[in-house]
Amino acid sequence: MRRLPRSAWHAATVASVRPETSQSARIELDVDGWPGNAAGQHLDVRLTAPDGYTATRSYSIASSGPSSRVVLAVDRVPGGEVSPFLVDELRAGDQVEVNGPLGRFFIWEAPGADVSDAPNAPDAPDVSDAANASDAPDARDASRPVQLVGGGSGIVPLYAMAHAHAEAGDDTEFRLLYSVRTPEDTFFRAELAQLAVNGPGRAGGIRIDLIYTRAAPTGHERPPMRLTRDEVARLVVPAERAPRVFVCGSTGFAELVASWLLDLGHDARSIRIERFGGT
Amino acid sequence: MTEHHRTAHPAPHVDGNALAGPLAELFAFDVTDAVARCGSCGTADVVARAMVYRSAVGTVVRCPACDDVLATLVESDDRIWFSMRGMSAIEVRRR
Repeated sequence: MRRLPRSAWHAATVASVRPETSQSARIELDVDGWPGNAAGQHLDVRLTAPDGYTATRSYSIASSGPSSRVVLAVDRVPGGEVSPFLVDELRAGDQVEVNGPLGRFFIWEAPGADVSDAPNAPDAPDVSDAANASDAPDARDASRPVQLVGGGSGIVPLYAMAHAHAEAGDDTEFRLLYSVRTPEDTFFRAELAQLAVNGPGRAGGIRIDLIYTRAAPTGHERPPMRLTRDEVARLVVPAERAPRVFVCGSTGFAELVASWLLDLGHDARSIRIERFGGT
Repeated sequence: MTEHHRTAHPAPHVDGNALAGPLAELFAFDVTDAVARCGSCGTADVVARAMVYRSAVGTVVRCPACDDVLATLVESDDRIWFSMRGMSAIEVRRR
């Protein structure tokens, strides 16, 4: 596995804030000293009130690579302590503190990509059952299809992976299954449409299946309803093709999807999950 | 980290990915992709797959297989208390 940059606290300046959906904002940060990040990593944002009270929350990063410009997409959690401030009050030029890049588990890296300028360290061979349990990425993963499954704002780290895959012109088979309430609630709507232009058969291409749970676009054949087990069976890369599966969404969504994937014969070690609670 | 008015509707658990930030201040490696062995049931899995329950009091990390407590984390402004009493071993990959 390639060496990833170490995390640290950094001062960040808000470069821009704009609505992503009616309930969320896309926030671009210029992070002083940011060492770059892999697709799928997250960061912690710390806000400090004038009286010294602090609140810290984790947010997935929608961007990847060496740039110190970091993109977030933050959902407004009603009654939340931090997200309404970030979505509604934050302005360009504001300062926040961020700790990152964080997490080595929920990441995807294009074969040959390197986000840091650190030398590459070869993987140690697995020496125990415990090491096997880690399912650490290795060279054998490069040829396996990748299936992304996202619910709502859980798309954010998956979008980073899909974008990194497209940027690299990577020829790994990629699919995204994205469950969202309505067309207007779709994060990265234009960008996903653009990514899907390169179909699954081409380098950097991806197949995107959108599931609308409350309201579907005009002319959409599927009536709006929750994602079903049958749809997961039909739309996800089949277990016999041994896909690496990344699932991100609310705890309920992520655990339901994971239980179906296990039922359908996917290996638990091939499923990586990131759950969010929501504050 | 959970808000006080939320006590009537406790936030659902998240997972070990959420520990990456808090534990980065304690360890020189990313704990979330280290393998921890549960002292109760013996299951060995990456910490990212553990179940994490956060409240205003602190954070409880539970085994994804048997639900027993693996670790607890309590933070204040000037110190951190971290207990790993439910882990019999932790395996860290050299990089």
